[in-house]
Amino acid sequence: MSSSPLRAEAVTLAYDARVVAEGLSVDIPEGGFTAIVGPNACGKSTLLRALVRMLKPKAGSVLLDGVEISSLPTKQVARRLGLLPQTSIAPDGITVVDLVARGRHPYQRLLRQWSHDDERAVAEAMAQTHIEELSGRLVDELSGGQRQRVWIAMALAQETPLLLLDEPITFLDIAHQVEVLDLCAKLHVEGRTLVAVLHDLNHACRYATHLIAMRDGSVVAEGPPAEIVTAELVEAVFGLKCLVVPCPATGAPMVVPAASQQ
Amino acid sequence: MSAAPYTLPGRVVRFGEAVSLRIQLRGVVVGLILVAVVLALSVFAIGTGEFAIPPGTVVSTLLGGGDPGSAFIVRELRLPRVVCALLVGAALGVSGAVFQSLTRNPLGSPDIVGFPQGAAVGALIVITILSGSGAAITVGALAGGVLTAFSVYLLAFKRGGTSGFRIVLIGIAISYLLVSVIDYLLARARIEDAQEATRWLLGSLNGRTWEDVTPLAISLAVLVPLAIPAARALRALELGDDSAHALGLRVERSRLGLVALAVGLVSVTTVAVGPIGFIALTAPQIARRVARTAGLPLVSSALMGAALTLASDIAAQRLVPDRALPVGVMTGLFGGVYLAWLLTMEWRKGRG
Ligand SMILES: Nc1ncnc2c1ncn2[C@@H]1O[C@H](COP(=O)(O)OP(=O)(O)O)[C@@H](O)[C@H]1O
Ligand SMILES: [Mg+2]
Repeated sequence: MSSSPLRAEAVTLAYDARVVAEGLSVDIPEGGFTAIVGPNACGKSTLLRALVRMLKPKAGSVLLDGVEISSLPTKQVARRLGLLPQTSIAPDGITVVDLVARGRHPYQRLLRQWSHDDERAVAEAMAQTHIEELSGRLVDELSGGQRQRVWIAMALAQETPLLLLDEPITFLDIAHQVEVLDLCAKLHVEGRTLVAVLHDLNHACRYATHLIAMRDGSVVAEGPPAEIVTAELVEAVFGLKCLVVPCPATGAPMVVPAASQQ
Repeated sequence: MSAAPYTLPGRVVRFGEAVSLRIQLRGVVVGLILVAVVLALSVFAIGTGEFAIPPGTVVSTLLGGGDPGSAFIVRELRLPRVVCALLVGAALGVSGAVFQSLTRNPLGSPDIVGFPQGAAVGALIVITILSGSGAAITVGALAGGVLTAFSVYLLAFKRGGTSGFRIVLIGIAISYLLVSVIDYLLARARIEDAQEATRWLLGSLNGRTWEDVTPLAISLAVLVPLAIPAARALRALELGDDSAHALGLRVERSRLGLVALAVGLVSVTTVAVGPIGFIALTAPQIARRVARTAGLPLVSSALMGAALTLASDIAAQRLVPDRALPVGVMTGLFGGVYLAWLLTMEWRKGRG
């Protein structure tokens, strides 16, 4: 058995003629909290799409538990692998509990619309994200932070051991960012394998056990943040001059932009 | 298992672990009310006209009683027309709900994405260029409608995930193009052909018999059961392509199937009565507002479509004394008012 539940092997990813990545390989470590970082448009979302087989690689393969993912039934994949996309749409007039309940789609059938398992999973997902008191509210009328927790709850209700989150905290204030990341850390400790695209390097260093730094569709470095995050790496990935110092709170690497040169 | 710390809207009915159904009470009530409205409209439509029949007699005649005279009027003259209106309306309601959910846009109905215009061009080519009639016109109309709908679909969705806005814009552009083709064909046609074509272009229920109803009923009996898996796929697709995919839906395949279902439903109504505008556009939105569901409800949309079509036909027959208008005139009038209202609402929302 390979220790990697999800891996991409030398994949070429493209939209029609527009090639985003060529010969890209990544390993998602079992039980890890992997953060993917990199500048805008470097292909992070595209990589996640390939990992959940929404985008078929032009070459190479994606393996889920060692099996070519495109050969597996979709429903089986949906019970192993969850994704919180960068953008989602709430249908008009949907309530919070109804939206979270849609996460149970892969378990439901025509005559099996609401099993006890569904009920329990939705209750747990809502408790973990602290949205019970919002359950009857309309999703359209929530604040950005509340809405994001509802979407995360929907992904949790899907009860997948692997969960991929594309920029889960981008539109949140700092307190809500930390709240969501703490939730992710808790899910990770409880045994889920997490992958999150994060924009804030300091958050990534603090929470992730494994970091994948990307630029222009290829991996520049990967490994535990404490081992790989250096001023040279940040400059190579983001083109930013900076200092890397130990975080006063956790000791994790902390990236501080250098004083402006102008 | 302790009580859940939230209340799921509606009731859950369970039969063991294998069967559990979610029932939205409001949806059920709205459905029953709509059924009652449809029945009342039907009795009214059958009972009134040149030869009035009291409602009680209508009902007893429908149930098999009555004297031979009213039995003939009720069962052979007026009932087929009413059944035809109801079936066409229901099919258009479902078709509109599917189109609008797919495009995530209240304008994304077959009317707006060019189906009727495509059907009209097809029919006109047969009438004015090929001098065909009857079944040939129907085949031409179908070919034109289906071809247009799938061209719009391909242009809009070619690069995968698209905004519903794009399909509406492409649909409007193609519709304008086709309207000028229609004008051109009418302008170069002989006067009798143009007359025949204009009659066809305004969908009408006049003179429908059981011979028109039977094929319509059979095709709907085949298509409507497909709406059950369609509804499930729509619930996932409503969340966006990425989420739908993550929930285990084969997005491209489902979407193609749904478009085929929606186009199929419009097609069979076009065969039966010609193009009837705006029902597919209005019925789902009104149904959603009345039933207060998340997303567009298929069953209520069907019932709402049936009620609107029959009501429009009743009005069209009686609006101008001694002159029965085609139902298409009435639904067009009604739809225009609705569209103005919808745009005002959206405009206010946009500014608010
Ligand atoms: N659906 C699409 N069709 C065509 N090009 C796309 C599509 N989605 C993304 N791209 C392009 O692929 C590149 C990588 O995008 P993406 O993976 O979304 O970047 P990131 O998530 O790292 O910001 C970008 O240049 C973007 O313009
Ligand atoms: Mg992205």
